[in-house]
Amino acid sequence: MADLKEIQQRVYPPMVEGDHTFATVSDKIGDYALRKRTPLAWFVGFGVAFMVAQLLMVSVVYLLAKGIGIFGTNQPVGWAFPIINFVWWIGIGHAGTLISAILLLLNQKWRTSINRFAEAMTLFAVACAAIFPVIHTGRPWLAAYWLFPYPNTMGIWPQFRSPLIWDVFAVSTYATISLLFWYVGLIPDLATLRDRAKNKYFKFAYGILSWGWRGSARHWHRYELAYLLLAGISTPLVLSVHSIVSLDFSVSQIPGWHATFFPPYFVAGAIYAGFAMVLILCIPLRVWYNMKDFITDTHLHYMGKVMLATGLIVGYSYVMEAYFGWYSASQYEYFMITNRIWNGPYWYMYWLLIFCNVIAIQSLWFKYFRESPFWLFIISIIVSIGMWLERFVIIVTSLQRDFLPSSWAMYAPSLWDWSLYVGTIGFFFTLVFLFVRFLPVISIFEVRTLLPGATVHGHQQDFEENVVEIEYTWERTDEPNK
Amino acid sequence: MDSNLYGVMAEFDTPTAVVDAANKVRLAGYTKTDAFSPFPLHEIDEALGIRRSILPFLVFCGGVIGMLSGFALQIFIHYIDYPLNIGGRPYLSWPSFIPPAYELTILFGGFTAVFGMLFLNGLPRPYHPVFNVPRFALASREKFFLLIEAADDKYNYDETTSFMRSLGPQEVFDVPE
Repeated sequence: MADLKEIQQRVYPPMVEGDHTFATVSDKIGDYALRKRTPLAWFVGFGVAFMVAQLLMVSVVYLLAKGIGIFGTNQPVGWAFPIINFVWWIGIGHAGTLISAILLLLNQKWRTSINRFAEAMTLFAVACAAIFPVIHTGRPWLAAYWLFPYPNTMGIWPQFRSPLIWDVFAVSTYATISLLFWYVGLIPDLATLRDRAKNKYFKFAYGILSWGWRGSARHWHRYELAYLLLAGISTPLVLSVHSIVSLDFSVSQIPGWHATFFPPYFVAGAIYAGFAMVLILCIPLRVWYNMKDFITDTHLHYMGKVMLATGLIVGYSYVMEAYFGWYSASQYEYFMITNRIWNGPYWYMYWLLIFCNVIAIQSLWFKYFRESPFWLFIISIIVSIGMWLERFVIIVTSLQRDFLPSSWAMYAPSLWDWSLYVGTIGFFFTLVFLFVRFLPVISIFEVRTLLPGATVHGHQQDFEENVVEIEYTWERTDEPNK
Repeated sequence: MDSNLYGVMAEFDTPTAVVDAANKVRLAGYTKTDAFSPFPLHEIDEALGIRRSILPFLVFCGGVIGMLSGFALQIFIHYIDYPLNIGGRPYLSWPSFIPPAYELTILFGGFTAVFGMLFLNGLPRPYHPVFNVPRFALASREKFFLLIEAADDKYNYDETTSFMRSLGPQEVFDVPE
């Protein structure tokens, strides 16, 4: 029989491994941002990402010069790569908010060491996503008046009955709140870096960025309230963002888009893709940055479980999609689903998608795969590809065979479609590399609270007798909170 | 004694020690006190007698203002300033105004939470007398500090210092103004 301690270990695995104290946690995580010598591997990684990001620069400049004729977009496939990539990126962002907000409200301690870079990932993914709606018309300087309600000389306004305008509000709110959430979480850690930095300029920069944080008990009290409130309001936000993105499709009448179950389907897919990206980032990070004490195998194990659960919801949605196509008794819906699955020119995309998102994920039922960083990394890449394919299948196969056979056409992305997409991936990783170099990648102050020494033990013996008096004096003596 | 002191500060090693000391400080009748820790300590709120902040109420108000301004904006645009007949739908088609109003509720609430917290905390404040204690740099790393301000009614340099020493701290510092 296993003894009690062993069982406890299994049920509540430690979230921080190794013999860490408050000081070693602070130094270990903080010093990666403060160290003088940047390792060569960082330069190599940053250099590659930065070069790939130049594809984005070139593509955007060429797009602005030539217009959207450089894309493969045509009629009837009038929405193609830009919206596929937009939905893909915005979906990836969702895991960050889920980890930072929903798991906080659910009191899941394992979120603590992954929330910081998951939130950073959210920000960077939203930045990549935002590029597409802005530039997809090829005339972004004209985008202002149909995206934002401001009084203009033409006297016209955006159409608020359209999901596309809801999307503008949802995504811009999401980006803003994610930035606030991330930054508020950073403030105490920036104060740690300020107090540890030896370089005068770093000290100044971190000092300004930490806003003079000094860890006062009164400040912590309001800080925690603010953090909890942000989590509370981010939770409905994160669920609303991808729901509204899905309404871009489902409010229209195109077969394959016009479906009531799109919002939950898209939200589950977003969290699925997001956790895959968190794993893609954190598996190399914990090895290169030697962070296995903080991002333990238990963390990977739990993320694998979340991926499996959301992946199963996504798989269920595929089944439902096919079922609705049949059960709707609409010849257009029925044709769409047969066209998508076996009869149409993109049937192989659909089966590739099923392989990536439904079949590959089944391996996570087995502990061996959930606990192997190598396999989790591979599965995460497969899932990321699968989620991209899902958007391709939904968007392209629905549009390329719509109601009238005379308007049918094939779709093929052009070189510029690809370069813009690959360029945003480079941009994303450029930002990730800058982040891991200059900011603490793990929330230091929250990891401190996980250490065994962080709990306040029962008051000392001689103090017990004063307990009654404490309650008595509570209302009288304390300073109003001003 | 030095009249230019901001207060007297004691350093502790563990959260339990600082919470116990904070209890004693409050029981001794000091009110202008503060504690500093590298992470939030919930027990210290009670020990120092910190009242619950009004922040949640402010955030609620911010959210309501956001929602109302979201509806007001859309009603102004689609009902007052530029009514546009789209497929015979009513001009005041409020259900379709919900998503932007919902997002603005969250946006205003979030702004209130963050900037309300910073405002109530008196931040940004890059300089504060407590930073004059060199050891205080450890407050963001591993140590816990307790402060009694000179502005406290009960403050008396010699008494307060010896009282602080009786709490079993690692060290007691004068905090210059």
